[in-house]
Amino acid sequence: MQSLGSIRRDFAPWNDPAAKPYIVFDQVTKKFGDFTAVNNLSLSIYEREFFALLGASGCGKSTLLRMLAGFEEPTSGRILLDGQDLRGIPPYRRPVNMMFQSYALFPHMTVEANIAFGLKQEGMEASKIAERVAEMLKLVKLEQFAKRKPHQLSGGQRQRVALARSVAKRPKVLLLDEPLGALDKKLREETQFELMDLQQKLGLTFVVVTHDQEEAMTMADRIAILDKGEVMQVATPAEVYEAPGSRFVANFVGNVNMFEGTVTARDAAGASIDSDSGISIRTENAGDAQSGAKVAYAVRPEKIKVSSRPPMDTASNAAEGEIYDIAYFGDMTVYYVKLGNGLVVKAASLNSARLTDDPLTWNDRAWISFKPDSGVVLTR
Amino acid sequence: MSNAALSQTESSTGADTGLGTSLLRAVAGRLVIAVPYLWLLLFFLIPFVIVFKISLSQTAIAMPPYVPVFDLSEGMSGLFASLRELSFENYLWLTEDALYFNAYVSSLMIAGASTFLTLLVGYPIAYGMARAPATLRPVLLMLVILPFWTSFLIRVYAWIGILKPEGLLNQFLLAIGVIDQPLIIMNTHTAIFIGIVYSYLPFMVLPLYSALEKMDYSLIEAAQDLGCPPTSAFWKITFPLSLPGVVAGCLLVFIPAVGEFVIPDLLGGSQTLMIGKTLWNEFFANRDWPVSSAVAVILLLLLVVPIVLFQNAQARAQEQGR
Repeated sequence: MQSLGSIRRDFAPWNDPAAKPYIVFDQVTKKFGDFTAVNNLSLSIYEREFFALLGASGCGKSTLLRMLAGFEEPTSGRILLDGQDLRGIPPYRRPVNMMFQSYALFPHMTVEANIAFGLKQEGMEASKIAERVAEMLKLVKLEQFAKRKPHQLSGGQRQRVALARSVAKRPKVLLLDEPLGALDKKLREETQFELMDLQQKLGLTFVVVTHDQEEAMTMADRIAILDKGEVMQVATPAEVYEAPGSRFVANFVGNVNMFEGTVTARDAAGASIDSDSGISIRTENAGDAQSGAKVAYAVRPEKIKVSSRPPMDTASNAAEGEIYDIAYFGDMTVYYVKLGNGLVVKAASLNSARLTDDPLTWNDRAWISFKPDSGVVLTR
Repeated sequence: MSNAALSQTESSTGADTGLGTSLLRAVAGRLVIAVPYLWLLLFFLIPFVIVFKISLSQTAIAMPPYVPVFDLSEGMSGLFASLRELSFENYLWLTEDALYFNAYVSSLMIAGASTFLTLLVGYPIAYGMARAPATLRPVLLMLVILPFWTSFLIRVYAWIGILKPEGLLNQFLLAIGVIDQPLIIMNTHTAIFIGIVYSYLPFMVLPLYSALEKMDYSLIEAAQDLGCPPTSAFWKITFPLSLPGVVAGCLLVFIPAVGEFVIPDLLGGSQTLMIGKTLWNEFFANRDWPVSSAVAVILLLLLVVPIVLFQNAQARAQEQGR
């Protein structure tokens, strides 16, 4: 049977009704004066999960993280950690640690002292502290930088010190606020895998806040997409991408072509849609759309084929148009095809061969086509 | 033509014009640095040399009341003759009379104690200002600077009205029944402390404020996140990071407080021994300019030498930190 892929095959506690969530946001609302940062939000995160809160700035994702860390108290609602209500527990007594976006390394302390800071607060023995610090330094590959001050390190090294400091206490939950935001692209990609590796190795629960969907898609087991303080969808990266729950999510994550239209027929195998742009679409993924409903049909650019000839396969949805623009990225080419009524459809084609036998250029007549299972129907 | 060759010709023509501009820039750079040096030379070094010269000469009943050391009208031989007459007698005199030693020590102690008190009062103020909403900070800053708009002398005089036995403070305390005898504050060290703390508070608050204001609050959050309660976080993070401000503020208060004259004279009464007052007496009451110049020179050395040493140490520490 075909399915949406997942990275950790044997890890899906959210599908297991017997699994008890580790962190629970229960109808949490947070207001700053008149501004509602988080609006009646409920969310469950499971133990050992790598959970990402994804959203544009101001969507409330950082506020959620700060409430979990204890820097903000919810205006109403409860936050539970391992069954314990966190209300009233100050940040310094919570079994969670945070890696700050600015890293917040103590500038007057060496790398060593920064990592040891939390352990000293616990009253750990000096010899054990030294041991743990050495272990942490090794984990983030900074052994030879132990005696340096933060300003003597590069951005990537500082990021690793911040990480080592936040996991040194072996918290139950590690909160990461835009952990890779300040790194350049290449370093960010490397560090993503290091973070995932670390999470596996230490067996911790990670909650990461990010505005970078690629980052969230790469690292997280599940992603919560937030908008205006509300959860739009919580799902695995593949589900979020291939089965978005709403127009907002489809638009927010990745590129999408959206055909607004009306359902003309609904049957067990799927639905037929008359799109406002004139083409009729047959889809196998109709969700809960009823006949006559105003819906959007969302299909990703890479699932649309562009060709100078009409498709042979009569089951495919197809439309004729004109090449309006071409964006060449090397690995792929995105064609902007203008349909008869002016709708521009994006179609990405992977350049898997160096040479093409169907060269298309500006103003060429072209056919777009996509299979019935390529897109999804969105009612919201 | 290859790109490398092209860029080479470009850079060589760039160097031709660059020579002229870099020379000009070097000269301009020197000129900019010369301004503060010239300022210090004119208004610090030359006056100091004059005072130092006076401290080496003898008193005389004349105007000004000392033997002129350099009389250029007598030519080179006269210059040498007068150079021979220079002596450190006035400095020896300072060691013979315990008055001066006691005045120095008492000044340093009073200044030290009041600097500490100013720090105690100023730190919470600066901290509160730095944590206040950003829109409120300019107003608070203005309030700190506002007293400077009134004459220093008048503000110290005003304290007499507050502190004297029948003054405002005693009237208030008697009225609300906290005390039944007026407190004797005037003409005591307490009055001097109050005067110095009040007068020099802005000099303490401003450097502290600027050190605390630029501190990243997420550092405190990070400390708390790692298990550090707020009080402990203050001593482990906030205070060490504000140390440059603490040092700057303390120097700005301590240095003028050691030589302070107006406050001990007006609030401290006749028993208070402070070097500024001694200096004033030597100059204006005894008209002994050479001795008072010697007092001033010693005072300067007393303050400048430790500061220079301290700054050197700090510069070295910073150098190591880089």
